[in-house]
Amino acid sequence: MGFDPTLNGMSAITLKVNGRSHKLDLDPSTPLLYALSDDLALNGPKFGCGLGQCGACTVIVKGQAIRSCITPVRSVAGADITTLEGIGTADKPHPLQRAFIEEQAAQCGFCVNGVILTAKAFLDKNPKATEPEIEQALSGVLCRCFASVRMLRAIQKAGQEMAR
Amino acid sequence: MNTFTPDARAALGHAGLGRRDFLKGAGALIVGFSAGGLRTAKAQFGGPSPGAPAMNRLDSWIAIGADGGVTAYSGKEELGQGIATAQAQLVAEELSVPFDRVNLIYCDTALTPDQAYTAGSQSHPANFNQNNLAQAGATAREALLQLGSKRLGVSVDQLTAADGTIRVKSDPLRAVSYGELVGGKKFNLTLNPNAKRKPVREWTVLGKPVPRPDIREMVTGQFEFVHNVRVPGMLHGKVVRPPAVGATVVSVDESSVKNVAGLVKVVVRKNFVGVVAEKAWQAIQAATQLKVTWAPGVGLPDQAGFYNHLRTLPARDALLVDSGDVDQTLAGAATVVKATYLHPYQMHGSMGSSCAVADVQGDKATLWSPTQGVWYQKSTVALLLGLKAENVHVIFRRGSGCYGLNGADTVTYDAALLSHAVGKPVRVQLSRKDEMAWENYGNAYVMDERVGLDGQGNIIAWHHESWSPSLGNRPGPGTPGNIITGYLAGFQPQAFAPRTPAPPPTGFNNNNNGVPSYVAGGVGGRSRGTGTVKSELVLTHTVESPFWTGPLRSPNRLQNTFAHECFLDELAARVKADPVEYRLRHLKDARLIEVVKEAAKAANWETRPSPQPLPRKTGVVTGRGMACVLYEGDNGYSALVAEVEVNQDTGRVTVKRLVACNDVGPVSNPDGLRNQIEGGALQGLSRALGEEVTWDSEKVTSVDWRTYHTLPMGFAVPKIEAVLLDRPDAEATGAGETSITVLAAALGNAIFDATGARLRQIPFTTERVKKALAARG
Ligand code: FES
Ligand code: FES
Repeated sequence: MGFDPTLNGMSAITLKVNGRSHKLDLDPSTPLLYALSDDLALNGPKFGCGLGQCGACTVIVKGQAIRSCITPVRSVAGADITTLEGIGTADKPHPLQRAFIEEQAAQCGFCVNGVILTAKAFLDKNPKATEPEIEQALSGVLCRCFASVRMLRAIQKAGQEMAR
Repeated sequence: MNTFTPDARAALGHAGLGRRDFLKGAGALIVGFSAGGLRTAKAQFGGPSPGAPAMNRLDSWIAIGADGGVTAYSGKEELGQGIATAQAQLVAEELSVPFDRVNLIYCDTALTPDQAYTAGSQSHPANFNQNNLAQAGATAREALLQLGSKRLGVSVDQLTAADGTIRVKSDPLRAVSYGELVGGKKFNLTLNPNAKRKPVREWTVLGKPVPRPDIREMVTGQFEFVHNVRVPGMLHGKVVRPPAVGATVVSVDESSVKNVAGLVKVVVRKNFVGVVAEKAWQAIQAATQLKVTWAPGVGLPDQAGFYNHLRTLPARDALLVDSGDVDQTLAGAATVVKATYLHPYQMHGSMGSSCAVADVQGDKATLWSPTQGVWYQKSTVALLLGLKAENVHVIFRRGSGCYGLNGADTVTYDAALLSHAVGKPVRVQLSRKDEMAWENYGNAYVMDERVGLDGQGNIIAWHHESWSPSLGNRPGPGTPGNIITGYLAGFQPQAFAPRTPAPPPTGFNNNNNGVPSYVAGGVGGRSRGTGTVKSELVLTHTVESPFWTGPLRSPNRLQNTFAHECFLDELAARVKADPVEYRLRHLKDARLIEVVKEAAKAANWETRPSPQPLPRKTGVVTGRGMACVLYEGDNGYSALVAEVEVNQDTGRVTVKRLVACNDVGPVSNPDGLRNQIEGGALQGLSRALGEEVTWDSEKVTSVDWRTYHTLPMGFAVPKIEAVLLDRPDAEATGAGETSITVLAAALGNAIFDATGARLRQIPFTTERVKKALAARG
């Protein structure tokens, strides 16, 4: 069913984000990204293109890295959604987050949400991934600062730790 | 843990340093130094704005809290380049306090000095030499020692300052902390131009790879970008841009959106159209659905013939050097070599489309903006909204990396206009298309090179002429029409005034690297270039652009360097000289010579002419190329060697290894510098291989990541080695644009070395590579 711009009807939708349930009153066609950043005030997922082309808005649903900018909330209602905030904290970072800090793998940092979550979904499923496989897995993600050397190094390092 | 804007702003209150009170507070010191003699960096355009903290007052730069914490105020902002960390290191070093005791507040028109734009690799020259923030640190340290001397009853030479405490050398238990000396009070001092900086050899904080504290916050999703600014009662705005360049509004049918839930207002001001709604998704729906009737645009020149078209337009001419004898020397040369190089418009293409939040209520405005120039936002938003500049408060908040004039300024105007119309705070984030179709692109260029060689193959004359289109620029003081939103709202861009012929040059200025590295740069009886060739002429033609243009990382410099450095290799090949040896033969600047030699050494450069002997005409071949530059003519030495693989059957170019040598004076943070060198080189690679703005007869057609071709994360990333020369006695220069400036040329030279095919047009798409390979015969 397509999105009908003349409707804009609101409905109650439950989103389970980082282990907590939130009841929201939303137009069910609203892309998940807006619910996360505007209604739930999360800073992790970001609007980069709104077209599914860059990865900045990535979240993990059922182990898959998905692009929240083109995912209507109704399609993920009730599902477990994990954002960058949900995988670790500044004090207790996830191995990927820790590796990014250790390698200083960022410049402006706008892309790291997509880079880290795409890498996490991939490494969780492919703990023994090789360097070219990791590069391949990230080929749909952009970093316009091109901190790529450090990011790939950090992912490799975290991958080794996650595989242990 | 040290904090940077925005948290540092909040921390001011806790430290007993409410800024306004603080500026009024009682002085801790009555001594004063004579003003004057302080150098101002070249990025200052006509001095600070009205209402800005005085540049020569210590209290404008540094405050010490009752707890001994140091707050520094800077007009140079963090854009992802790591300068916040470097500035905090600088203050920690000069003041002898631990790094994590320094808070840094940058670019807030209510708090920080006006240091013009954060741009042009000027943050280091502005704040790390004998001026501004660095000199404030040195002045504060000397003042604290004097106060300590009084308090402890011991002469200054008997004291040491470390860890935020002054101690008697012979009796370290006799001590007084900075907090006890001045905590919460102002210094009331003029910056002392003679205050002694910490010698580079004694650095313990600067010069070290101090990690950036903001990276931890970013990778855990805590960091607050301007995209995450949430003001109570905030609404969401979207703009409706014209469907074609130059299209104007005929009418707007508000009834077309009356059924959109949450719609607050349709806003029209001349050709500016936008909507405001309660939620972002509603605003998007309203913007998509709004029926606007537009008059047709102005039509665009055919892209295929665009470069030749540029040569025919009325131009503003400028001469950078003219020795007066070039035609004559060329006429007497043994050989004359010519080539034309082409560079397209390219875009900043920021990762996140630009975003800003404005709260305009009554005659006052507060703006949260990712602008590179908060003070120009302040004055131009005042013009845009008809407010007094003193009633406009601009607070810088980080956006995604901008690499120059992306949509940051224009989206701030969008938010300001929409908030003004509804009297409530409004957040605007541009769509990907609105960002890409209307940003101020990096300039396209046509560059003609013509050089005369003598019988031994030496360069004896160099003639360079370029054509480049321009429209608008940064919104400098008084020109909101320099960017799309200001223009749509009725303001004009800075005027274009053709001028032919160009007047003779009055001073040597190689800010655009229009003058090749190998000529003498003789103007007014002095030779200030980096090379030896005395017969020289550089003539530039600026013409009117159909698209908005503005600074994009290494503006003009990258384009000129691409042409000069590739052409140098063409000359070397012509006379069968090794490209490095041929460079050294014509250079005279010792530091440029050294970066060339060191890059070659680190890359194990094999001395021989290009192309490689007997290149095969099919299959995969390898080659190496070099390029060098003194960035902006005075702001960082850079040389780079690229090693490539070219698949001659497919035209695919793969870079295997990059070796970059930089001499940028004393290095503040070697890891930060490496990060810039790596990112700059790869961004340069993306620009060289794929990036090009495209258009049809009425509009830009490269409007997303399918139509504007950037390299993605997972492309075959080359090995990158950065060689940093240690220059403790030199001045600090910029370093954010050193590697990107030389990448395209080094790559073009490497492809030529591998294959014997010369590419003279960026981007080096596989199609163009294949064409150049076929043209070898
Ligand atoms: S913002 Fe979703 S993929 Fe770009
Ligand atoms: S760090 Fe800026 S886009 Fe990746």
